Amino acid sequence: MRYLLALLLIFAGPALADSSLPPALWANEQLPDPRQEAKAKALMEELRCLVCQGQSIADSNAELAGDMRALVRQRIAAGEPPEQVRSWLIERYGDWVSYRPPLEPVTWPLWAAPVLLLAAGAFLLRKRLVRRRG
Amino acid sequence: MNRSLRFLPLLVLLAFVGAVAWRLSSPADEKIESKMIGRTIPAFALAPAVPGKAGLSSKDLGSGKPRMINVFASWCVPCIAEAPLLAELKAKGIPIDAIAVRDRPADVAEFLAQRGDPFERIGADPESRAQLALGSSGVPETFIVDGAGIIRYQHMGPIEPDDLPVLVAQWEAAK
Repeated sequence: MRYLLALLLIFAGPALADSSLPPALWANEQLPDPRQEAKAKALMEELRCLVCQGQSIADSNAELAGDMRALVRQRIAAGEPPEQVRSWLIERYGDWVSYRPPLEPVTWPLWAAPVLLLAAGAFLLRKRLVRRRG
Repeated sequence: MNRSLRFLPLLVLLAFVGAVAWRLSSPADEKIESKMIGRTIPAFALAPAVPGKAGLSSKDLGSGKPRMINVFASWCVPCIAEAPLLAELKAKGIPIDAIAVRDRPADVAEFLAQRGDPFERIGADPESRAQLALGSSGVPETFIVDGAGIIRYQHMGPIEPDDLPVLVAQWEAAK
């Protein structure tokens, strides 16, 4: 009985958390105009997938990411500048959705960190070099 | 060099390892809240998701009385769990509309037949457009829109019994 159950489980279909609709138009197709497609691709690589956080929508297979790619391509094909599409999404999901953090007081530490770390490293190294010479 | 400063790099390293270990042991379950809360509902007009029931347009909201909008899908398992709780909210006199994300009319109809239908209107959102416009990042989610059409509250994930008083209070507050 136990083996039968195990056997049944092997052949059981996993519970799919995906819809049965096909991907949206332009989710996986390139735009006919290569310049528009390049703009769309560059933007898609800088937008974060809402479902699989940590992936860009260009990399993600999630359905919502597909719908976001379709949205980006449709808007860019309609002549909207990429930055306007980005700000439309930021308006809804916050800066979180964009992989390009804006320069503002909250993000100053982020931008200053590399400079500060380099300065700290140089300071430590200077001490060490001074001691060796002496 | 000051002797006590000698261990500073080690301390920095330990602090870093500690921070990483802490984050790994308790991963952040980040919920990305909609930034549309407190703002007017974005314009959308969705076709009916099932025959015989009206679709949902942003013009249907903000007609003087607060309403709930449930973002759901027939293929969404947690949506099954919250179905009886939506029925309870309806029984308390709260009008609820719905957005069916990436769904087929037959599937929505079957879902409603099995799990109950507390919705006054259901709009079909086959490409998640309205969902993205609302700043929603998954199913199920429930929004409260006040009588002036301003989004007042967003509940993310399935509604659980403990959430009912909060949702009712938020709905009352939106009056």
